[in-house]
Amino acid sequence: MPTVSMTVNGKSVSGNVEGRTLLVEFLRRNLRLTGTHVGCDTSQCGACVVHLDGKAVKACTTLALQCEGGDVVTIEGLAANGELHPMQQAFRDNHALQCGFCTPGMVMAAVDLVNRNGKLDEATIRAELEGNLCRCTGYHNIVKAIAAGAKAMS
Amino acid sequence: MYDFTYHKAGSLEQAGKLFKNARDGAFLAGGQTLIATMKLRLASPSDVVDIGGIGDLQGISVAGGAVSIGAGVTHAEVAASKDVRGAIAALADLAGEIGDPHVRHRGTLGGSIANNDPAADYPAACLGLGATIETSAGSHGADDFFVDLFETALDEGEIITRVKFPVPKRAGYAKFPNPASRFALVGVFVAETTGDGARVAVTGAGPGVFRVREMEAALDKDFSPAALSGISVSADNLNSDLHADADYRAHLIGVMAQRAVAAAG
Ligand SMILES: Cc1cc2nc3c(=O)[nH]c(=O)nc-3n(C[C@H](O)[C@H](O)[C@H](O)COP(=O)(O)OP(=O)(O)OC[C@H]3O[C@@H](n4cnc5c(N)ncnc54)[C@H](O)[C@@H]3O)c2cc1C
Ligand code: FES
Ligand code: FES
Repeated sequence: MPTVSMTVNGKSVSGNVEGRTLLVEFLRRNLRLTGTHVGCDTSQCGACVVHLDGKAVKACTTLALQCEGGDVVTIEGLAANGELHPMQQAFRDNHALQCGFCTPGMVMAAVDLVNRNGKLDEATIRAELEGNLCRCTGYHNIVKAIAAGAKAMS
Repeated sequence: MYDFTYHKAGSLEQAGKLFKNARDGAFLAGGQTLIATMKLRLASPSDVVDIGGIGDLQGISVAGGAVSIGAGVTHAEVAASKDVRGAIAALADLAGEIGDPHVRHRGTLGGSIANNDPAADYPAACLGLGATIETSAGSHGADDFFVDLFETALDEGEIITRVKFPVPKRAGYAKFPNPASRFALVGVFVAETTGDGARVAVTGAGPGVFRVREMEAALDKDFSPAALSGISVSADNLNSDLHADADYRAHLIGVMAQRAVAAAG
């Protein structure tokens, strides 16, 4: 079985995987980082979004072996020193989640969006959420939270 | 997904060798199509050759009246490129409308045109601009490259290296996205080229990307949306599915073509 090594949330990790092992499987099964969710497994919902080398990607549509030597950040890697990341705090403050299943992917997508854009208007936030589905909230509070999180991050 | 042996190729030459030595090889670029295809077991290669780390497939340059984009350049990189935007803004816009941000971070130009999905966006830009597709074995003109549904002129083991898009006088792209998948229900790319007159390429509507000569002739006389107003496209051979029937797609071609010409300015 091949071995894969990468940095996950600042720590060097490695493990044995198959060719077909997905990044999300490596994170959840090998590393027990179960914050990254699998909603659809077909690249549609964005519940599995993590950052790979600083960019938001769908971990259900990335092979673990493609990430050899890469730098991965998951939802578990955002909070620092016991404090929520400003985007996590904004989701909490704005009641931007109900069941919470989509939330890790939403937050990772939102942080990526702010990193790329800086200033965000509502239309941009809505357009950029194309790859993240939420079955509960109706998106309204998610959009509000991302605007607030973007402000807090600047 | 059935298991396979994964190989990372460091160079084009190595990728070619790995593919040749495989019983049933497949190249992997961004994986945004191939991984889903393997999950569905529509493809079950014995060996997957990852070409994502090959430097020769990277980079964007503008020179000699053409924009040259490496096959491994992602949709996000094309959308954000000032060089592409400065030379052919419609191409940067098209890349920025593919799928969603996460797909755009991984999916590549080479993967898109090699796959030749009948609803993909890039084939319309290639055909509309009269691009040249450079490969490990030579080159193909866009008019000969897109053969049929998911079929291209690529030979077994042939790797797309770069695509050269001639800079047109003006160009525009208008897409009516499928509201669920974001692929083109109908997308029309129009260009007023420097050497080849007007070109009109349609994606999403038929079994593959195609040109509309009648529209091209009209635009050659007068490159304006109004010039297209009397022209209707036959619904024969167009796709009919639960998203749109052939008549509706035929109608959309006219609407999108006019919008594309308007966008070209
Ligand atoms: C949710 C979602 C939405 C999408 N929406 C759109 C959309 O709106 N419009 C659109 O056009 N596309 C869309 N796509 C498809 C996307 O653009 C893919 O990135 C693209 O089709 C494939 O590129 P890739 O780099 O991921 O290729 P891969 O999946 O890695 O490969 C695809 C195929 O191309 C071959 N290949 C890859 N690179 C080369 C090369 N250099 N030479 C020869 N063969 C090669 C592979 O062997 C494979 O057969 C969407 C995809 C998803 C998942
Ligand atoms: S689980 Fe990856 S996109 Fe839905
Ligand atoms: S909060 Fe339940 S899916 Fe988004």
